[in-house]
Order: sequence, then C-alpha cells, then structure tokens
Amino acid sequence: MANRLRTIEAVRGTLRDEMARDDSIVVYGQDVGRNGGVFRATQGLIDEYPNRVYDSPVAEAGIIGLGVGLAAYGLKPVPEIEFAGFTYQAFHQIQQHVARLRSRTRGEFHCQMTIRAPFGGGIRALEHHSESFEAGYAHVPGLKVVVPSTPADTKGLLTASIRDPDPVIFLEPTRLYRSIREPVPEEDHVVPLGEADVVREGEDVTVVAWGAMRHRVLGLVDDVDASVEVIDPRTIAPLDTDAILDSVRKTGRCVVVHEAPRTAGMAAEITARINDRALLYLEAPVQRVTGYDVPYPLFARESAYEPDDDRIRAGIERALEF
Amino acid sequence: MPRETAVDFAIDRVQVLAPDGSVDEELDPDLPEDRLLGLYRTMKLSRRLDERAIALQRRGELGTYAPAIGQEAAQVGSAGALSESDWMVTSFRETPAYLTRGTPPHVLLWYAMGMEEGAAVPRETRNMPPSVPVGSQALHAAGLGWAQEIRDEDAATIGYFGDGATSEGDVYEALNLAGVYSSHAVFFCQNNQYAISVPREKQTKAETLAQKAISAGIEGVQVDGNDVLGTYAVTRDALESARGGDPVLVEALTYRRSLHTTADDPSVYRLEEEEAEWEARDPIERFEAYLRDRGALSDERIAEIEASIEDELAEEIERAKEGAQRIDPADMFEYVYATAPPELERQRADFGGESDGE
Ligand SMILES: Cc1ncc(C[n+]2csc(CCOP(=O)(O)OP(=O)(O)O)c2C)c(N)n1
Repeated sequence: MANRLRTIEAVRGTLRDEMARDDSIVVYGQDVGRNGGVFRATQGLIDEYPNRVYDSPVAEAGIIGLGVGLAAYGLKPVPEIEFAGFTYQAFHQIQQHVARLRSRTRGEFHCQMTIRAPFGGGIRALEHHSESFEAGYAHVPGLKVVVPSTPADTKGLLTASIRDPDPVIFLEPTRLYRSIREPVPEEDHVVPLGEADVVREGEDVTVVAWGAMRHRVLGLVDDVDASVEVIDPRTIAPLDTDAILDSVRKTGRCVVVHEAPRTAGMAAEITARINDRALLYLEAPVQRVTGYDVPYPLFARESAYEPDDDRIRAGIERALEF
Repeated sequence: MPRETAVDFAIDRVQVLAPDGSVDEELDPDLPEDRLLGLYRTMKLSRRLDERAIALQRRGELGTYAPAIGQEAAQVGSAGALSESDWMVTSFRETPAYLTRGTPPHVLLWYAMGMEEGAAVPRETRNMPPSVPVGSQALHAAGLGWAQEIRDEDAATIGYFGDGATSEGDVYEALNLAGVYSSHAVFFCQNNQYAISVPREKQTKAETLAQKAISAGIEGVQVDGNDVLGTYAVTRDALESARGGDPVLVEALTYRRSLHTTADDPSVYRLEEEEAEWEARDPIERFEAYLRDRGALSDERIAEIEASIEDELAEEIERAKEGAQRIDPADMFEYVYATAPPELERQRADFGGESDGE
C-alpha cells in the first residue's frame, strides 16, 4: 500500500510512525509544538505525544547539547534546528560531542540522535536560510549526513536515520517540501544509509546530484544528446563510493552538481575518490557544476548563484566533448 | 555560620505615560513639542510602512518581512534617545529604529526584496546592518561599546534583540563581556511576548528578562515598551550610564501585534482575545491621545501627517522598485574579499561567459 504524499507529509508521517514504534524518541526544537514547526513537519505530534514533543527556547547549542545528555541516558533525541543555517550556533556541540562521543569513550557511550534541519536554497528566503553546508558536516568524522530528494526516500532515510545508532544530520531541501507528490509506502520502509540510488541509467556520462539539483538534472537530461546516467547519493556521508565508481567505469565521464560553493565542496571529494580508484577509466576530467565561492546571496541574486539548466548542460557537454 | 541573605537585588519598572493619559511629572523627559511630533510621525510612518510591506509581500513583490507593528514606542523612543555619535546594532525587526535614525524606507525595502543593497547601510550613520541569526548581534554591540571605552569616547552603543534571543548563549556572553570590559553598551531587549510561536513564559523561568543583567553584574531595568516617553527616558539614562562604562540591559514590555513574519500564522498559537487586549494598549494611540490632550495634535494636523506619510511611502516604494530593476548579479563576486583571489576571478570570468569552462 502506498499513499501519494509530499515530502513534508512524509517527514511528519515518519516521525509519527517512529514515535509509535519506539517510546524513547523525543522530538523537540523551536516552534515544533503548538505551531507544528515553521514548515509544519511536526504538526499534530504534540497532541499525540505531549510528553515527548517539546518547544525549545531559541538556543541551538542548548538543543544539541541537551540531546547529548538525552542520548547518554538512553533516549533517542530527534531535535529540529529551524534552518540548517542555524546549526552553526550548535556546531561546537556537534563537532566536539555529538560526533565524538562513541570514539572518545571507546564505544562505552554513543549518541543516537537525528538532527533534522530544513536545507538549501530556492525559496526566496531571508539571509542565512538557504545554506548548503553538507560538505562541512561531512568533514566531521563520526557524523552521518543525509539529504533526501523524494517523498519515498524521505520516509526510508528518516526511518533509517532515527534507527541508526550513530548521529545523523538529516537535511531536508526546503524547495522540495511541497513541490513533489509521489507514492510513499505505508508499511515499514527503510532506505539504508550509505546506498546511492541510480535514478536513471545511461551509458555515456554519469551525473551525480542530490537535493533540489537532482530534480533539476532530471528535468534536462532528455534534451541532452547522449545517454545520461543520474546518481543520487542520498547519503553524503558515508558516501556510496562504489555506486559512483561502477557508473564512472561504465561511462568514463562524470559531472557533479551541487548548490554549495565549489571550494572544498562534495564535488571535490567525489572527484578525488574517482581519481583514486578509477582514474584510468576516465575519458575526461570530472566536471564540477556548483555554487560559486561567494556567500549565498539574498534571493534577488540567488538564481544567478545556483547551477541552472544552462550551466548543468554546459558541464555535461564539456564532459562529453573533452 | 547561619544562613543569611548574601546579596539582594531588585528590578525597577518604569512608566511615564500611562494608558489613561496621565504623565509622571518627575520622569517626564520634557521633550520640546517638535521633537514629540517627530517621534509621533516616525511611529506612524513605521506602522504604515509595515502595512504596505505586508501587502507588497502578498503580491509577490517582497520576500519574507518581519513587521514591528505594536513595537513602535519601544523602538522610536529608544533610538530617539541616541545621539549622532552613538552606534546602533539591530536585529531583523527594527524598521522603526532605522527610520528614527534616518534610514530611508527604500533601503529597508531592498533588504526585504532580497537585495544586499538593503544591508549596505552607510558606515557614517553608525548603524549596523540587520542581523538575522537571533541574538548574535548582541556581541557586536558589546564590542562596539568596548571600542568606545578603549578610545575613551563619550558615546555609547545600543543593541537590539528580542525576548527569544535572551535564551541564546551569545546574549549571555554579550552581557557578561560588556560588564567585564566596561563596554558602552545598552542592550535593548524588546520583550514582545513571543519568539515566533513560543510565548515568553516558555522561554525562561526567570520572572523578568531584565534580571539577566544581574548575573552579569550590570544594571537591568524594565520599561513599559508601549510608552514612548518611558522608553525614551529610560534609554537616555541608560546611554548616559553606558557612556561612563556601565552597561545596562533594558527590557521593554511590549507586544508583537502582527505576524512574526509574513510566513507566519499567529492564529495557530495565540488567542484573539489576547491580541484584542494589546490592541487596546496600542502605543501609537496612547501617544496620539496624549498629544491631542496637550493641544499638539488635531484632526487636521493628523490628516496632514498621514497624507505626507502616504506621499513619502509612495515615492520610496517606487524608488525601491526602480533599484530592484538595476541590480547586477555579477557583483556577488565583488565584495567577498578586498581583492578577489585568482580562483574567484576565474569563477567571475566564467559567470560572465568570458571563459569556456567551469
Ligand atoms: C540563531 C537563530 N535561530 C533561529 C532563528 C529562527 N528565528 C527567527 S526569529 C526567531 C524568534 C526570535 O524571537 P525574539 O528574539 O523574541 O524576536 P522577535 O522575533 O520576537 O522579534 C527565530 C527562532 C534565527 N533567525 N536565528
């Protein structure tokens, strides 16, 4: 059985299912209670679970730091940070404690926490509400980084994240919350972390993209005069390197697309992994189509900043024509 | 040793112009009538700008906008007490404060239109640009005030933030550091009763926000935030103290009468009765009644002021829209560093179509 759901409904439904399944889950964050979250991801949850859903004061370091305590005790915190751009306020807790608890206690403690945060650009939002900092989190050993791109994957990945014994930052592309509707399995649905999705098979060139960029890529590949394989890693860390390498060994060409700035972005890491293990299969240098190395602009300039159809197409052509 | 009280603290609350129109003679700042009318006009201008901005947002001409409706006395009174040599550090809901400091409406609209031009506040105005990350800017106010102390300047800095912001570590650090360094800072907390949907009582168990000053060893005071004479008088005194190296935290008790932002729906989390109660305590109406009482305002005079505000805003909105037509996205590369490094120059060339590859 499957209902046609939007991403935001998939988030909500998954939180509800998981809370019913496991009474150690605690959901909290700014405005997640009566207001149901600024995007309504937690709507109604406080009525069902008044003792497991809490509004938080405006204190991100506190929200994440408290989670370390909850997790150490044995509860499973699923906090929401109102926008990913405000995880910076909690970054010391994430880096120094959340991600290291297992390792620094030699496994005596661990931090089973899923930090949800709206993520990415494209919704004409205020300053600091459009960041794509996935590479920053991926640079934190011990932390898993997930970006779902479809309603069904949202359910499968969020379920897997909440059940994962290690901490996960779960980045929900705001632009996709309500833009797509698709069947989402009603029964238990788990998409294992670390497994990419080959969204579309092709022979000539591999395009790797996640979040909103995955959809932008899919929207234009039909017009490209080549057979394009599209891979959505879904989990940024740990990255499904093998899926990307398998594809590149077949196509010999690769383009990586992301909204985040280019320098030290995930495209650089993916390129390095391809160079490490599949260099001799390459017929062209891996092409990066990314945001520029500038602060994410306010919305009047955001469409100039993020990769658009023309830039993505040009990247694919460069890979094909090298 | 028996148990005894080690230290005792108290928090004062100040009101100059009461809702019934009575004025405390002793606390009355005794402003000349043209100053009073100036404050009144700015409050009205801000209210009307907020209304027009909400309407523009609804038509898709503006992005997310945070109106200050209901908070005009808190901001116009406090910013009105600043002198030109003082600095101002704002959060994201400070339209009335900016207007008081002479920032033209079109600049405020630019920020809401998603244009960096709206944050390009001229340095010589001694205003900082809006700051969206809640509470983060309180530290900047403490720092500016510290610079004033280092340079022994006879000036102060006001830093605005909300009740929600008092939960952020940055704000606690700002209060404490200001005390430690004798910063010339006045922290002006607008307790508008809500942080988006979360009411003030859920933000902290503390009875007042002003008392957070006490743990930092600085002075804290409450003021009726809907009383423009009160916010003026309290801020004037706080600035005087800060200029001498004694920072102050002011908590202005007010109410966000409108939306958190245009993306918000208050009916989900608060009752209409509560909104109606605060409507009756509206700061502009209170001040208007007082000015009428003094004979400084009449129906005609009010109509004139309103008409001049309509004209000003019509022009300013036009100017904002014209500015929006002229933006050049390529300038996003311009200000990242004093000198763009080679890789950024390469990206800029690529953006401009001057090179053939990313
Ligand atoms: C660090 C940070 N966390 C969260 C947000 C999202 N947010 C925007 S305004 C707001 C509430 C702020 O409340 P308050 O400080 O009382 O100011 P008000 O909005 O009432 O003026 C929140 C949580 C943010 N902008 N910055």
